[in-house]
Amino acid sequence: MDKRVSEASGRLLADVPVVARELTKSYGTVTAVDHISFRLEPGTTVALLGGNGAGKTTTIAMLLGLVTPTSGEVRVFGADMSRDRGLVAHRMNFQSPYVDLPMRLTVRQNLNVYARLYGVANTAERVAFVAEDLQLTPFLDRPTGKLSAGQKTRVGLAKALLNAPELLLLDEPTASLDPDTADWIRRKLKEYAETRDATILLASHNMAEVERLADRVILMEEGRIIEDASPGALIETYGKETLEDVFLDVVRKERRGTSDLAEKLP
Amino acid sequence: MRPAAATVKNPAPILLPPTGAGSVLRRIYALVLRYTYLLRGSGVRLVELIYWPFLQMLTWGFLQKYLAGTTSPLAQAAGVLIGSVLLWDILFRSKIGFSTTFIEEMRSRNLGNLLTSPLRPYELVAALALWSIMRLGVSMVPVAIAAYFFFGFNLLDLGLPLMAFFALLVMTSWALGLVSAGVILRYGLGAEELAWSLAFLLLPLCCVYYPVSVLPGWLQVIALALPPTHVFEGMRAILLHGTFDTADLWWALALNIGYFTAGYALFSWFLHGAREKGTLIQLGE
Repeated sequence: MDKRVSEASGRLLADVPVVARELTKSYGTVTAVDHISFRLEPGTTVALLGGNGAGKTTTIAMLLGLVTPTSGEVRVFGADMSRDRGLVAHRMNFQSPYVDLPMRLTVRQNLNVYARLYGVANTAERVAFVAEDLQLTPFLDRPTGKLSAGQKTRVGLAKALLNAPELLLLDEPTASLDPDTADWIRRKLKEYAETRDATILLASHNMAEVERLADRVILMEEGRIIEDASPGALIETYGKETLEDVFLDVVRKERRGTSDLAEKLP
Repeated sequence: MRPAAATVKNPAPILLPPTGAGSVLRRIYALVLRYTYLLRGSGVRLVELIYWPFLQMLTWGFLQKYLAGTTSPLAQAAGVLIGSVLLWDILFRSKIGFSTTFIEEMRSRNLGNLLTSPLRPYELVAALALWSIMRLGVSMVPVAIAAYFFFGFNLLDLGLPLMAFFALLVMTSWALGLVSAGVILRYGLGAEELAWSLAFLLLPLCCVYYPVSVLPGWLQVIALALPPTHVFEGMRAILLHGTFDTADLWWALALNIGYFTAGYALFSWFLHGAREKGTLIQLGE
């Protein structure tokens, strides 16, 4: 290939938040993620859906560089996450119920530490802002472990927004919140995505959340991508009223081993 | 209750470059800050840091005092036992400081956050090493001062070699800490016991309280392959005979570099294995 063409495609790739190619993860004989390929465009919110064990968390962990793919590759802003994670880690962030912030540190201390780790120069300003934005100011000097589950979730989200990431990976961001606060968080995320033109990849079991936030849905089952379309397109294609009905329909048919899904595809 | 809307103006983050020496130091500082917060917030931890070394020093100090009344010339040598216990505690406490701080990250399920941040694994190791020295300062300085007031033993009497002894023992402790951290990373918190017991393996082998010549020939070979043995031999040589062989310390330094390199390689290998096996997303469970 012409060198100029190669350089140009390299530059283009550097603008794309995520490119996953033939991504596979096997643990012994179990294949958690099975040759999946997808691409996240800048400024889009994409939901990763699937039942338990579908491979959502493993996929996110591979995007974060926490898990090494068995084969295939992940590029985040053009950087190969197996080798060059350090070049782009400051442009992304994540929140997950599978990790915690140190419980003995106060909220302010935790946010201070992570702001510095992410290279935020205006630490005090940013900590004050994200705390205010997520209504954590009254709890700033309280140990993180003394907060309620919902408050801890908001602290995790505050940590994830400290560096105003261009790519935000969220694993069940509203899992432990009451419906009202969860709704408020969704609005915050939508507002963040719009104002920052950020790309969000969201793993969730909450279909209402996905319908509200996502431009696109990647539906996974047994480590494979079985659908990749907008929520509206999926609802229309399957002739259902809600995304939840589509999800249940697809997953149950998969479980029964039927192969008539292809007939429904456009 | 639904939180109200934010009122603070949105300041965009000013992001510093992620590469270069400044960024490395900044991230190491961030972690050391995290450990300082942790220690500052717990009076019990602070007391515990001094409590055990202080008890050790008292026990061995009184034993030394008792033996000083016997006829053995070795036993009468001022401060050999207290010197041994203080130097041993430098090795042991530094190792424990390194390992337990790493375990703390795993227990608090924070390692996933750290390893997805811009922090590099070698920066984590550097922060743990730096913190182990800072903890050591908190732990050993008061105890060394107490040894002077209780038994008239001045650690500084060891003179300049004390600096070399300190550096060599701390370096060994880091190598041991890296092995413990790697094993815990690979096998989970079930292997935590190893973090505590690994240093004790050295206790009989590196001749803390007795000279190498006491050991059988084959065991002497093993003992001399351990850097701390040279430190303890050096300390006894200074206190008993007022002499000191620097060649011994160079040899200990060479051994230490080898052990530290091997320790770091093992830690990296286990970290790589944890990424392969996916255990980093199950830590703490």
